[in-house]
Amino acid sequence: MTQPATNVPEFSVGELSNALKRTVEDTFQFVRVRGEISGFKRHSSGHLYFALKDAEAVLDAVCWRGQAQRLGMSPEDGMEVVATGRLTTYPGRSKYQMVVERMELAGQGALLKLLEDRKRKLAAEGLFDAARKRPIPFLPAVIGVVTSPTGAVIRDILHRLADRFPRRVLLWPVAVQGEGAAAQVAAAIAGFNALEPGGAVPRPDLLIVARGGGSVEDLWAFNEEVVVRAAAASAIPLISAVGHETDTTLIDYASDLRAPTPTAAAEKAVPVRAELMAAVADCGARLAGALLRGIEDRRARVQHLARALPNPRRTIEECAQRLDDRGERLDNALPALLERQAARLEASAARLKHPREVLSDANHRLAAIATRLDHAVKTALAAETGRIDKARLRLDQASGRLAPAMARDLADRARILDQAGKLLDSVSYRKVLERGYAVVRDAAGAVVSAADAQAGAAWAVEFKDGRVEVAVGAGHPKPGRPRKEDGRQGSLL
Amino acid sequence: MAELPPDIAGLSFEDALAQLDAIVRQLESGGTRLDDAIGAYERGTLLKRHCEAKLKEAQAKVDRIVLGPDGAVSAEPADIS
Repeated sequence: MTQPATNVPEFSVGELSNALKRTVEDTFQFVRVRGEISGFKRHSSGHLYFALKDAEAVLDAVCWRGQAQRLGMSPEDGMEVVATGRLTTYPGRSKYQMVVERMELAGQGALLKLLEDRKRKLAAEGLFDAARKRPIPFLPAVIGVVTSPTGAVIRDILHRLADRFPRRVLLWPVAVQGEGAAAQVAAAIAGFNALEPGGAVPRPDLLIVARGGGSVEDLWAFNEEVVVRAAAASAIPLISAVGHETDTTLIDYASDLRAPTPTAAAEKAVPVRAELMAAVADCGARLAGALLRGIEDRRARVQHLARALPNPRRTIEECAQRLDDRGERLDNALPALLERQAARLEASAARLKHPREVLSDANHRLAAIATRLDHAVKTALAAETGRIDKARLRLDQASGRLAPAMARDLADRARILDQAGKLLDSVSYRKVLERGYAVVRDAAGAVVSAADAQAGAAWAVEFKDGRVEVAVGAGHPKPGRPRKEDGRQGSLL
Repeated sequence: MAELPPDIAGLSFEDALAQLDAIVRQLESGGTRLDDAIGAYERGTLLKRHCEAKLKEAQAKVDRIVLGPDGAVSAEPADIS
């Protein structure tokens, strides 16, 4: 067999692979690719391995450690991202992949969804619980501020502190956006907490984590889990002040107090010194005033009481006078008493009565009672006689009506009896006999019928004018054929 | 000026002011015995001194944290204007 001659050059596999590598790397040395992260793995070496995919295709990707540390975000499966980098091939495996140098979340919607998911997760861990919040100290001696050393934020805070109450401030400079910002902020919070009380660098009583306004992406570092966890773990009370009033980042949920702006954070951090000085001065004045007034009041009371103290000589004179008075009254008392008693005796004697008078009084009372008794008896007697007369009259009337009533009653009853007798007669069988019928009875007197007829039986026939004994003839007479009289005895038929 | 007793020196400004206020009210009500009133006044004066001292410590000093190569934390004056 002979092969047809061809002018197609023949490559070794290595030559072709290298040619491909050159072509791919030259053509795609700077590309931006949008896709969803899938199969994400962080190798212990620090390199990130994952794939970018969409509905149609999959692209393997790698992010070397140096770039991975500066990504400014932590990739996760399912994130929609825009990756920037170059393509390269791997001839040993017939593979190509993208080397990612930069990566950002694709679109606001994806960012917000990620934020919501993360917020739910951290809330479920209890990082946002109200019970974790510590009170902000009234007057912190040292305030730790975590923010950018340049820019308006630190100046705003310092100015407002100076206005209200100048304090010692420790600034922990950090990057507040971009690569590594989240890690720096978290490290600063942890670093302040790690300071020993009484050490060379004083431990703050209060932390302020602050950043000025910006886009959602600009503020993103304060949504990162590492920052939220550092804020939640801070033993020093922490005020968060990120962005403007309308911006809320996840650190706001984990902080002990959220201030709408950095300036507001300074206001919440310290009271107004001038007001406090006025309050202390007022208290001091009232303190002195109250004591002086207390002493003055007491002095006045003492003077008042002193004036009220009586003169001893006058007291004695008064006592002597009272003694004289009592002595005099004592001397007079006994004779006066005797005189009064004699008078009372005399009055009593005058009221005493003689026994005759008493007796006569009693007699009078007795006579009066006897008269009343007599009268009462007569009245009662008259009333009784009247009642008896009335009763007798009623008795007479009643007995007069008795005899006629009785006669009437008897006549009524006789009439009813007569009517009943007539009725009885009218329904009696004798009436039937009078019309020509007869009653036939057997020897026992019971009424008989044809069926009872037996030859020779003695029956009695009752007619209207008397009874006749008969004997029943032998044999049954043929109906319609009257038997001949035997001449001995009356025939029934 | 005499040293403040330790139980006052250890008070926060807030607590010291609250105690001072309570003493003032008590004295103003006039219900205390004279000895107690004088004792309360002396304590009130010390509390006021303590409060004033706390308010006097008001110099603004801004230091900036510097991390050493070994991670050690130190502070140096910062110039932020």
